Amino acid sequence: MPTITIDGVHYEVEQGKNLLESCLSLGLDLPYFCWHPAMGSIGACRQCAVVQYQNAEDTRGRIVMGCMTPVSDGAIFSLAGDKAQQFREAIVESLMLNHPHDCPVCAEGGECHLQDMTVMVGHRDRHYRGRKNTHRNQYLGPLINHEMNRCITCYRCTRYYRDYAGGTDLAAMAAHDHIYFGRHQEGVLQSEFAGNLVEVCPTGVFTDKSLVHDYTRKWDLQSAPSVCTGCAVGCNTMPGERYGRLKRVHNRFNAEVNGYFLCDRGRFGAGFVNSDKALEYPGLRQADGRYRALDHHEALLRMAQQCAQGRVAGIGSPRASVEANYLLRQLVGADNFAPGFSDTEQVLVSLALQLQADSAALVPDIATIESADAVLILGEDVTNTAPRIALALRQSVRNKAYELAAELKLETWQDAAIRNLAQHQRSPLFIAAVADTPLDDVATQCLYLAPASIAALGQAVAAGLGGGDSKAATDNAAGALPRAIQAEAAAITAALAGAKRPLVIAGTTCGSAAILRAAAEVASALCSGARQTMLCLCVPEANSLGQAILAGPDAPNLTTLQQRASAGEIDTLVVLENDLYRRGNEAQIDALLAACSQVIVLDGLDNATTSAANLVLPAANFAESEGTLVSLEGRAQRYFPVFQPQAERRAAWVWLLACLKEMERSEVYPLHHFDDITRACAADIPALAGITAAAPDLHYLNLGVKIPRQPARYSGRTAMRANISVHEPKQREDEETPLAFTMEGLNRDQPGALLPWVWAPGWNSNQSVHKFQTEAGGPLKGGTAGARLLHPGGSRNRTNTRPVAGDAAAENSGVSGAQPGLWQLVPRPRIFGSDELSAMSPALAELVSPGFIELCPADAAGLGIDTGDGVEVGDQLATLELRVNDSMAAGCAGYGAGLAGTGNLRALARVSLRRAETWQRRPGLIASDRGAGPGSSHV
Amino acid sequence: MSELDTIGFGLVIIAAAVGGAAILTWFERRLLGVWQDRYGPNRLGPFGVLQVAADMIKLLTKHDWVPPFADRAVFVFAPTAIVVAMLLGFAVVPFGPDLYILDINIGLLFFLGMTSLAVYSVLLGGLASNNKYALLGGLRSAAQMVSYEVFMGLSLMGVVMLTGSFNLRAIVEAQRDLWYCIPQCLGLFTFLIAGIAESHRLPFDLPEAEHELTAGFHTEYGGMKFAMFMLGEYLGLLLISCMITTLFFGGWLGPWLPPIVWFCLKVFVLICFFILLRAAIPRPRYDQLMALGWKVMLPLTLLNLLATGAIALLLEGA
Amino acid sequence: MLSSLTSQLRTIWTILQHSFTKAETVQYPEQMPYLAPRYRGRIVLTKDPDGEERCVACNLCAVACPVDCIALQQAVKEDGRWYPEFFRINFSRCIMCGMCEEACPTNAIQLTPDFEMCEYDRSNMVYEKEHLQIDGTGKYHDYNFYRVSGLAIKGKDKGQASNEAPPIDVKSLLP
Repeated sequence: MPTITIDGVHYEVEQGKNLLESCLSLGLDLPYFCWHPAMGSIGACRQCAVVQYQNAEDTRGRIVMGCMTPVSDGAIFSLAGDKAQQFREAIVESLMLNHPHDCPVCAEGGECHLQDMTVMVGHRDRHYRGRKNTHRNQYLGPLINHEMNRCITCYRCTRYYRDYAGGTDLAAMAAHDHIYFGRHQEGVLQSEFAGNLVEVCPTGVFTDKSLVHDYTRKWDLQSAPSVCTGCAVGCNTMPGERYGRLKRVHNRFNAEVNGYFLCDRGRFGAGFVNSDKALEYPGLRQADGRYRALDHHEALLRMAQQCAQGRVAGIGSPRASVEANYLLRQLVGADNFAPGFSDTEQVLVSLALQLQADSAALVPDIATIESADAVLILGEDVTNTAPRIALALRQSVRNKAYELAAELKLETWQDAAIRNLAQHQRSPLFIAAVADTPLDDVATQCLYLAPASIAALGQAVAAGLGGGDSKAATDNAAGALPRAIQAEAAAITAALAGAKRPLVIAGTTCGSAAILRAAAEVASALCSGARQTMLCLCVPEANSLGQAILAGPDAPNLTTLQQRASAGEIDTLVVLENDLYRRGNEAQIDALLAACSQVIVLDGLDNATTSAANLVLPAANFAESEGTLVSLEGRAQRYFPVFQPQAERRAAWVWLLACLKEMERSEVYPLHHFDDITRACAADIPALAGITAAAPDLHYLNLGVKIPRQPARYSGRTAMRANISVHEPKQREDEETPLAFTMEGLNRDQPGALLPWVWAPGWNSNQSVHKFQTEAGGPLKGGTAGARLLHPGGSRNRTNTRPVAGDAAAENSGVSGAQPGLWQLVPRPRIFGSDELSAMSPALAELVSPGFIELCPADAAGLGIDTGDGVEVGDQLATLELRVNDSMAAGCAGYGAGLAGTGNLRALARVSLRRAETWQRRPGLIASDRGAGPGSSHV
Repeated sequence: MSELDTIGFGLVIIAAAVGGAAILTWFERRLLGVWQDRYGPNRLGPFGVLQVAADMIKLLTKHDWVPPFADRAVFVFAPTAIVVAMLLGFAVVPFGPDLYILDINIGLLFFLGMTSLAVYSVLLGGLASNNKYALLGGLRSAAQMVSYEVFMGLSLMGVVMLTGSFNLRAIVEAQRDLWYCIPQCLGLFTFLIAGIAESHRLPFDLPEAEHELTAGFHTEYGGMKFAMFMLGEYLGLLLISCMITTLFFGGWLGPWLPPIVWFCLKVFVLICFFILLRAAIPRPRYDQLMALGWKVMLPLTLLNLLATGAIALLLEGA
Repeated sequence: MLSSLTSQLRTIWTILQHSFTKAETVQYPEQMPYLAPRYRGRIVLTKDPDGEERCVACNLCAVACPVDCIALQQAVKEDGRWYPEFFRINFSRCIMCGMCEEACPTNAIQLTPDFEMCEYDRSNMVYEKEHLQIDGTGKYHDYNFYRVSGLAIKGKDKGQASNEAPPIDVKSLLP
C-alpha cells in the first residue's frame, strides 16, 4: 500500500486508485464533477485540482487533476494549498458564468452536486458582468425533463448514456461555449436506462419529469430502503414519499446488485402506488354485483368465517412477499396452495431453481456478471425482462478493453484512454434469440432462431465443450440446427472455451424448458479447469424464485385447482395479490372462480380478479408494507414501508395473520410481528432458512436508536396535517421494523439493508453515498444488503440435472420444424408494459405500446399483410396489430407479452394467423414505418 | 371595654386587615407601575381597583388541587398557619389610645412570637409539597428566619430599654416627646431590614425567588391555598408597618387629626416605603443575605443595644 | 459597605423620582401602537408587479422555519410557472421569527405589521393559501423572479430574461 502525504499528513492508500478516489475514501472533501465511481475519470471538469510537489524541498508545486493522478508511494499533495483552492474556486466561477438563476424552480435544488461543490469551494460572487448563454430545451419523452441552460458541460451525461449504457441518441453537439447535450431532434430517449441521467447529472439539466410536476425537495421526502418489484433482479431502491403520495424512486447503492444504476421500469414504474385504481376499503359483493364497503373488522370476521368452514384453497403470487405467501400457505395447507404462476411458468421457474441449485456453476450477482469475459445468451431478451442485467452485460463486454489496458499497464479508471485503446474490440457476447434484442449492438454474433433451434444450439455448444447429452445434441444438430448455424455453434464453443469467466444466460420468458436445460448443460460443460463459470437463469417476477422455493415442485398449479374446483372440492378460494387473468386463459380462470362459492381476493389495485371476487381486502403495496423478496440470483432482500398504509389498506401479511388468529389457529399464536413470520417461515422451509438474514429484525438499534426515515431537515411537521386537525398526533411508532417514521435516530454505518437515504454534511446530493461506503465506489460500510439463498458456487458435487415433475407437460419446443399454416407464438416482452404493476404507472403509460404480433417479412408477405394491419390469432384468441420484423425467426410469431390484448396467448403455442378484415389501421402509419409509432419507440 | 366589644373590635380588625391586604395587592401593583413608568392594573373599575375582586374570583374558582405526591395534611395546614399567625399579631397592635384588642404587658414579645410562628407555615409548605423547588424555598426560609430573628428581637431591646416596658401602649406613650426613630435610628434600621426579611418581601424574597426556584415554597400551591400564602405575606407587610409605626414613629400620636388617622397615615407611608424598596432594590444572593444578617446587622444591633444601655444608665445616673 | 449602602439609597431615590415621569405604556387597543413597516407580524404571500403569484413553491421557507409550521406542495401551471398547489401556515405554531422571509428567493413570503390574530379556536389559526395571498407586492415593489430566472414561461422565452443572451443556435458554425 503506497503512503502519500496530503497537507503534511501521511496516509496509506490503495494501489491502483487515483488521488480523487483516495481522498474521498479517506474522508477528505475534494470537489469534482466529471468523475463517477462507476465511469472512471476523464479529467474534463478540472474541478478536483490539487497541488503536487516534486519532493520535500519543492515549495511551489504544480497543479494536477486529482482524478487523473495515480497515487504512488511518497507522493506529496496539498488540497488546502491556496493555489489549488483558488484554482478550484475559479473553475466553479467559470462553470457558473452561464448558470441560470434557477435554483428555486429547479428540481435538483437541495440535492444538487453543483450547489454542494460551489459551497465547498467558497465561490460566492459572480464577477463576470456579461450576458448569460441560453439554450432551447428538448422534449426527451415523458420521463426526463431537459433544462439545458443549467449545464456545466461535465460530459457525465453522454459518458453515461453512450459509453456506459450504450445509448446512441444523446450526444454533445457544437463547440466551445455553444456545447449542447441533447438529441439530434426532439423525441423520446431510446435507452432503457435513460432515467439514470437524473442521478448522473450533477446539476438540474436532466430531472425526473414526473417529480418536476409534483415536486418535493429531497429533505422533505420520507424514504425507506426498498426493493424494486419491476422484475426479478431485485435492484435496491429508495422510494420517497410526501403527503401520502410516492414522489420518486432513487437508486439505493448495493455493490453486488444494482450499483449506482436502475432501469427506467424500476425508476419510473412505481407510480402505480398513487394510482386511482388503488383499493381503499374492503368490499363485499352484493347480490346485484355491486360492492359494499366494509370496515376492516367486519371484513376480517367474514374472511375468517369463510376460511374456517368448508374446503379452502389458496393462490399465492410471485409478486407478493415470501411472508404473505407463507401465511396463505399456512392458512390453506401446502396441498391446497398454488404458487400463482401460469402452468408453464410454474414448471419453468421450478426448473430454473433446480438447475441453478444443482449446477456447479456460480449463480452470479450483477457485479459478477460485469466481470464475465464471454457471454452466451440463449433465448432471453434480458433488456426487456431483467434490464439491469443487460446494463451489466454492456460492461462485461468491456473486459476485453481492460485486458488490453492491463497489458499496457493502464489504470482501470483511465476511462477515455481505455476506450480509445480498445475502440470496438469487445469480449465475446453471443445472443441466440427469436428476434433482435436491444443488446445486439454489442454482441459478437446474433442468431435469430426458433426456440427449438435455440435449445439445439445450446446443446450443440454443450456437446462441443464435451458435456451435456451428446447424443441428443448430435441428433438435434442434424435435425433442428441448420447447417449454417453449426459453424456459429463452433465459434461460440471456441469463445466460451477460451474464457476465464464465461457466463451463460437463459430465462423462462421464452417458455422453453429445453433452452433452460441447454443453458445449464453448457454451464456444466464449462465447469472445468480454472474457469469461473456462471449460470444466470432469469425468472419473470420479483419473488418468482422465492415462490418456487416456498411452494416446492409438487405444488398444485392453476389447472389442477380448476379441476378440483370443478369437481366441487373447493368451497373458498383465497387469492393473494394476483390477477389470475394474466396467468391463464380467460375461460379457465372464469371456470375456476365460478366453481368456488366464495372467492376472497387480497390485492392493492383493482383488476379483473378483484372484480370477480366476493370479498376484496385492500392489500398495501410495496411502499406501504414490509416483506422479503427472493431475486433471480437467490438473494433474499427485505423491503420496508416508506409510509403508513393509506385508507383501510393493510399489508397482506397483516390481513392473513389477523385472519389466522381470528380462526384461532394455534400455530400462529406465537406470531406477533413481521419478524416472527419470517422466522417461522425460515424454520418451516429449510431452503428459505436464509431469509432471516436479509435484514436486521425490529430489535436492531443503531447505537441505541432507530434509523430515521425522514432527513434531519424534514419540514412542515406542524402544518402538514393542520388542515385536518390542528392538534398534532404523536408520531406513529414503527412496531415492525428498525426504522422510525420520524427524523430522530441515526443514519450512519448501519447494515446496508437499512439505508433509507443518503446525506452527509456538505454533501446534499446522491454523491454523498461515498460517505456510506468503505471506500469511494466500494461496498457499504454496514455490509451489502441481502442474503444469498443459492450460494455462489452451488453444490459442486452434482453436475447433472434431475428431471423435474411435470416437465414434459410444458415441453413442446423439442418438436422440430415448422408445421405448415401454424406459427409458433414466442413472447416478445417489453420493458414498459410487460410487467403488470409498472405498466399502471402514469409516467410509463405513454410508453406502453398496445399488443402486437411480429412476423418476418416472408411470413407476412405470405399472409398478404404488412405493418399496421390487423392479425387474428388462432381461434379468436386475439386480434393484434402486425409489425414486420426483419430479424424475426421464420415460423415464429412474436407477441408483446403482458401487453393489452395478449392475455390469451401462451408461449410456444402453435396458432394459425389470419388477416383481420375489420381492422382499422392507425392513422398516419405507412407500411415502411416498421416498428414505428408512439408506443414502439423503444423497440 | 366589654368582652363583646373586644370581640366585635377584633372582627373589625380582622376584616380591615384582610381587606387591607387584599387592597394592598392592587395598590402595590399600581404603585410599582408608577415607579416603573407603566400603569399597572387599570382596566377593572375605577383605577383598576376591581382587579382585586377579579383576582379573588379567579382564585376562589380555581381547582383546589393537592398534588398526589404531597403530604396532604401538612400541605393543607401550612397556608392557614401563616394567616392565623399574622392575624394574631394584630391583636396587640394599639391603633389608638383606646383602640386595641389586647393590652398585655408582653405585647412586644407576643408580636415577636407570632412572627416567628409564621416561619413554620413556609417551612411546612415547602416540605409538604415534596418538590425540590419548594424544599429549597422552605430551606432558605428557615435559614433566613433563624438568622434574622436573632437581631429582630434584639433591635427592639433599645426601645424596651428606653420605655422600660414591653407594653406597646406604654411604648407609644413614651414617645410623646420624641419618636424613637431619632434615638433608636440604628434600631429602626435593623428592625426594618429584619422586618422585610421576616415577611420575605422583596428584596429578601429568597424563599420564593421566581427566577431560580420557580415559586419557591409555594410552587405546588394554587387556588385558595396559594391565596392564603399571598394573604399572609401582605398581612405580614401590614403588621410590620404597624409595628414600626408603633415602636418608632409614635403610633397614633400626632397633632390635630384623630389618633387613628395618624396611625393609618404612618402605616400607609411605611407601606409605600416597603413597596419602593421592592421597586428599587434587587434581590441579594443567598450567601450575601446570610453575610448581611450575621456580619453586619447582628453586630450593629448589639452595638445599638450597648450604646442605648450605656446612655440609659448614664442618663439614669445623671 | 458604605458605598454599597449609598448605591442602594441612590437607587431608591432614582426610583422615587420616577413618581413624576409619564408612563411609557401604550393603551392598546384604545391607542394603537406604531408598528414599523418591517415589523414581523402576520405572514402574507405577495404578487409580482405583473399581478402573478410570486411564490414558486421552492420550499425554502418551509425548511427555514424553526417550528416547521409551513407546509406546501408544488405544482406547475400551464404557462410553465411553478406555484404552490396548497400553502399552509399553522399560525398557532408560528413564532414570527421572519426566517421564512429571509429564505424566500422571490420575495413572495413577507411578514406584515399585523399581530392581531387571536382566535378562540386554534384551528382558525391555520391559514391556507387563500388566506395568505394578497394582491399587492408588499414591501418589494419591483422584483419579479421570472424576469431574472432562466426558466422559460409563457410570454418569456429563453434568452429574454434580464442579462441573458438569445438562445444559441447549435447548428451554427460561427464562433
